[in-house]
Amino acid sequence: MAEDIFDAIVVGAGVAGSSAAYRLAKAGLQVVLIERGPFPGSKNLSGGVLYGRILHELIPNFWETAPVERAITNQVVSFLSADSSINLDFKTERFNQPPYNGFTVLRSKFDRWLAEQAEAAGAMLVPGIKVDGVVKRDGKVVGVSADGEEMLARVVIAADGANSFIAQQAGLRDQIPTAHAGVGVKEVIGLPREVIEERFHLSGNEGAAYNIVGYATRGVPGGGFLYTNLDSISIGLVIHLDALVERQLKPAEIFEDFLAHPMIAPLIKGGKLLEYGAHLVPEGGLKMMPPLAADGLLLVGDAAGLGVNNGFVVRGMDLAIGSALAAANTVIKAHPDNDFSAARLNAYPRRLKRSFVLQDMHTYARAVDFMKNERLFEAYPELLANVLTDIYRQEALPKKNLVPTLLDNLKTSKISLFNLVKDVLAGGRAV
Amino acid sequence: MNRLPVTEKLAVNKYELDEGHPHIEVNEEVCRAKCANLACLYVCPANVYSEQNGKIVADWAGCLECGTCKVACPSDALKWVYPRGGFGVIYRSG
Repeated sequence: MAEDIFDAIVVGAGVAGSSAAYRLAKAGLQVVLIERGPFPGSKNLSGGVLYGRILHELIPNFWETAPVERAITNQVVSFLSADSSINLDFKTERFNQPPYNGFTVLRSKFDRWLAEQAEAAGAMLVPGIKVDGVVKRDGKVVGVSADGEEMLARVVIAADGANSFIAQQAGLRDQIPTAHAGVGVKEVIGLPREVIEERFHLSGNEGAAYNIVGYATRGVPGGGFLYTNLDSISIGLVIHLDALVERQLKPAEIFEDFLAHPMIAPLIKGGKLLEYGAHLVPEGGLKMMPPLAADGLLLVGDAAGLGVNNGFVVRGMDLAIGSALAAANTVIKAHPDNDFSAARLNAYPRRLKRSFVLQDMHTYARAVDFMKNERLFEAYPELLANVLTDIYRQEALPKKNLVPTLLDNLKTSKISLFNLVKDVLAGGRAV
Repeated sequence: MNRLPVTEKLAVNKYELDEGHPHIEVNEEVCRAKCANLACLYVCPANVYSEQNGKIVADWAGCLECGTCKVACPSDALKWVYPRGGFGVIYRSG
């Protein structure tokens, strides 16, 4: 009997892998979805906002059946100094109706559901198996190996996350440099539903998403987030790894300071720790993007280094799903010709370039460096807090107008007018 | 919930311990010969690494499987792979 050869093997049942498997199975291809965790979602962790428009294209009205937490109607950018906060607080009913804008999700529940959809569509889900590497014949990827056994397929889609051992083993990528990685730490904190709704001024299933910038990380480049779930809060930090190594600081200690910040502590007060997790975050933008296709192999999601952080929103899951669809569509198109050569599969990166995925990575390419500007994390928050203190403080002394107040404070800060102008212009173009 | 030590945070998590199959190995000779900054001792969010009697020890059972140590290790002294299928941290929220 001839060896079984599947049409496709997808490694990793995160949002990218399950989306790809779903699409391929729907198109009638024989697809195997391999997951190293005991169930899909058990190894997956995100901050937790899914901007769902692309998933809505794949699974229309997914929010009606998927375990989503809250529809984000309140987007906040919170700029922290050591003892103050300045918020941009946007709340809109526009985001509270189908197809919605974003949902908080808890990946362990959400990814499990998404993998079940792939399974129901006909994909064969194999949990609890760790893929050790790809199998190559004549330089082409022809399958994967696990526990000394080989499983063969016409094409392999690596959706195995930020550490992508497959991309490294297949020679598409070297070890990630610290300059292109962030370490994400997160707690899920349980609070009664009513407390969350009162504390964050939410009704029904509305949710709030805080992107926290400035002095959230002891001045180390990075930022924080706080997202409301139904009856818990997801809160965390993402810290640039090169800066962390340089300053020899512990992420857990920076995180504890953040949780104790006078603007953060009241938001999580009385909560019960439900989980503490960590995840590597691709932060290099286009600079770290490996070749996305090789003979018999495609990279999607975190494995492809996809991510956007412009200070207002942090995105990864929507880009992961977008890349998975582009990869799956490329495979479906190549299937009748049975041609999975690198030349043919390079239609995938071309598709990505035409889609929002790589276009957004380009649009926000400058944000990657801008968000590492040291002044953002200490000097500017301090300056802004001082200006606002002067505006609001009444001391029975003569006041000054806004511009002289700003200039006085700029003079005592460590920021030159030249750098301020430069940063404002760069920021406007980056975010 | 202020100042909860990392060990207490990890105790809240669920793990499927793969007794006798460490997924992290530290090559002590490489550490000693090549490593200038011992990044593993501070970058790990789970404080898996510690120095005991002058040796770097990995308490791998509490690993959150993020891979930060592997990226930060400047000397290739760490053999860090995912735990065997089905084992390791099991996120219930994620």
